[in-house]
Amino acid sequence: MADTAQMQVSDEVAITIQNMNKWYGTFHVLRNIDLTVNRGERIVVCGPSGSGKSTLIRCINALEEHQQGSIEVDGTLLSSDLKNIDKIRSEVGMCFQHFNLFPHLSILDNLTLAPIWVRKTPKKEAEEVAMHYLEKVKIPDQANKFPGQLSGGQQQRVAIARSLCMKPRIMLFDEPTSALDPEMIKEVLDTMIELAEEGMTMICVTHEMGFARQVANRVIFMDAGQIVEQNEPEEFFNNPKSERTQLFLSQILGH
Amino acid sequence: MSDTHSQSVAFVRTEDVPPAPPPANATGPVKWIKDNLFATPANSVLTVIALLVIYMVLSGTLPWVFNGIWDSPSLAVCREMLNGESGACFAVLTERWNQLLFGFKYPSDLYWRPALAFALLFVAAAPVLFFDLPRKILIFTGLYPFIAYYLIWGGSIFTPLLALAGFVAGGYVYQRFVKGSFAVGFFGAIAAAVLVWTIGGFIIPSSEITEGAMQSVQSRDLGGFMLNMMLGVTCVSLSLPIGIALALGRQSSMPIIKYICVVFIEFIRGVPLITLLFVASVMLSYFFPPEATVDLFLRVVIMITIFSAAYIAEVVRGGLAALPKGQYEAADSLGLDYTQAMRLIILPQALKISIPGIVNVSVGLFKDTTLVSVISMFDMVGMIRGPILASTEWNGVYWELFAFAALLFFIVCYGISQYSQWLERRLATDHK
Repeated sequence: MADTAQMQVSDEVAITIQNMNKWYGTFHVLRNIDLTVNRGERIVVCGPSGSGKSTLIRCINALEEHQQGSIEVDGTLLSSDLKNIDKIRSEVGMCFQHFNLFPHLSILDNLTLAPIWVRKTPKKEAEEVAMHYLEKVKIPDQANKFPGQLSGGQQQRVAIARSLCMKPRIMLFDEPTSALDPEMIKEVLDTMIELAEEGMTMICVTHEMGFARQVANRVIFMDAGQIVEQNEPEEFFNNPKSERTQLFLSQILGH
Repeated sequence: MSDTHSQSVAFVRTEDVPPAPPPANATGPVKWIKDNLFATPANSVLTVIALLVIYMVLSGTLPWVFNGIWDSPSLAVCREMLNGESGACFAVLTERWNQLLFGFKYPSDLYWRPALAFALLFVAAAPVLFFDLPRKILIFTGLYPFIAYYLIWGGSIFTPLLALAGFVAGGYVYQRFVKGSFAVGFFGAIAAAVLVWTIGGFIIPSSEITEGAMQSVQSRDLGGFMLNMMLGVTCVSLSLPIGIALALGRQSSMPIIKYICVVFIEFIRGVPLITLLFVASVMLSYFFPPEATVDLFLRVVIMITIFSAAYIAEVVRGGLAALPKGQYEAADSLGLDYTQAMRLIILPQALKISIPGIVNVSVGLFKDTTLVSVISMFDMVGMIRGPILASTEWNGVYWELFAFAALLFFIVCYGISQYSQWLERRLATDHK
């Protein structure tokens, strides 16, 4: 199990964030963020609520606008140019806390929609790809149901499969297990671990510290809009340097 | 209780209780009546009072209806035939049937034309209303407005053909350029359509083509329930897309578009429809150049359409607001552009939520078409209040005429309501 953490990380840069700042009105929500993510890295972002961790990863695919600094994804600089934004979004997959499946479409249509309309894939081919990923997340038999008929864990796995159908080079996870019952968390985490083993570049906001230990090659701790500490998971958990990290870890691991 | 032991907490089931039918006194009509009509003394009193009221209403109206006279040339003759007994003079309906349906000026030998247009309406509307039908019928739906225009108004076939050509040219230009930029496609399409109409307008009257011409009917000769149906169908089908566009415009991040939509919606909603109709019938001619004659029917259609479009816009805005933000974000994160996200993700869900509100506006609009009678258009109510009640034969027949009008409107409105409930059930995918 622990060998996932020693998986190859390439020298190629996937995401560069330089001196990035963001405000909500006058509230300084992200302060001087500098972060470089190499291809194949698996990064877990943790921190107390309101620390800006979700906002950070939502800036990477421009769901939130940043006001200062630069974000470069896959060599494309994120600007207000809509063409650039659409290009980055189709390369970066995202999974949300509340899944955000399209309730009016069947599971299969949820998966094929973006490939057909954005990538202009022929319908038949898109369906084959969709079935491939549904098998990968182990629910091919649900293809013709609607999202409302699935359990939370199944819905989140469909959401992951939906992102994968776009063949993204980077995956962002925004607290993917926070809205799930305990027995469903494992099935979603298993899917994510499998994805990590295949070498997907991942940034994951989560409180699943077991997942972080097992999969991440870097853990980032954020507080009050800043990156407070980052380290390899062993060091991060066993030997946190900052007081705020120690406090946070004692609170979430304390019981 | 029989297989639990009250003394001990531990319990293991050894035998399943087999399912059994309910006892006889828990089912059946007697049980239903006892539960629902005579459950308590107060309930019984209310039941008896309600039955009495129903009896009184029916004992008054049923003889009147069944004793009705269906064949008589005038009210006086009808009263004579009734000889003091209670009874309706439905003869006015049979005698003035055509006037009630088509108005009193539509040439009687041409009644088959609007009747055919009405029959074809069902074919044209079917694929829009029932999306399980083959999509190819939609081609006919697209052609229907031009066919219906030609059938009802007659005249040269080149008028609807030219209008169609304009739309085809516009559609072609839009298809060609929309990939580059939506604005270029949209305004290019309008320019192309106007160009075709202008050029066509120069060619056709000069050559005075009479081929393919049917006897032409003026707009002021339209009337009766036909006029209500024409206004209702035209205005509903125009105001829905305009309303959706206004609702999206109101949410736009472009301030100019946003404020144009807000001002338009708020202004139109703040004005009574009847004021707008008077504007259409009297005031608009002051604003047009003296030689321009914009058809009264068209002016009324424009006014009713913008009026209900403003209401539909607010209904659709409610639907848009009810969608979780996550749906927009999911669509964005998959790389869908604005048009795709709206068309594939947001609008299908928002419109589904808005169905009851849209149907509400549509039913209201359909009934409001009777308001045109106050600007001297002879729609069904206009016909009843004007030519029929003013005639010497039928002066004084109120109940029969207005009950008939109410019945026709009820049938249409109830049909719309039933359709919308079917549609809601058909589209319910969330709690299957």
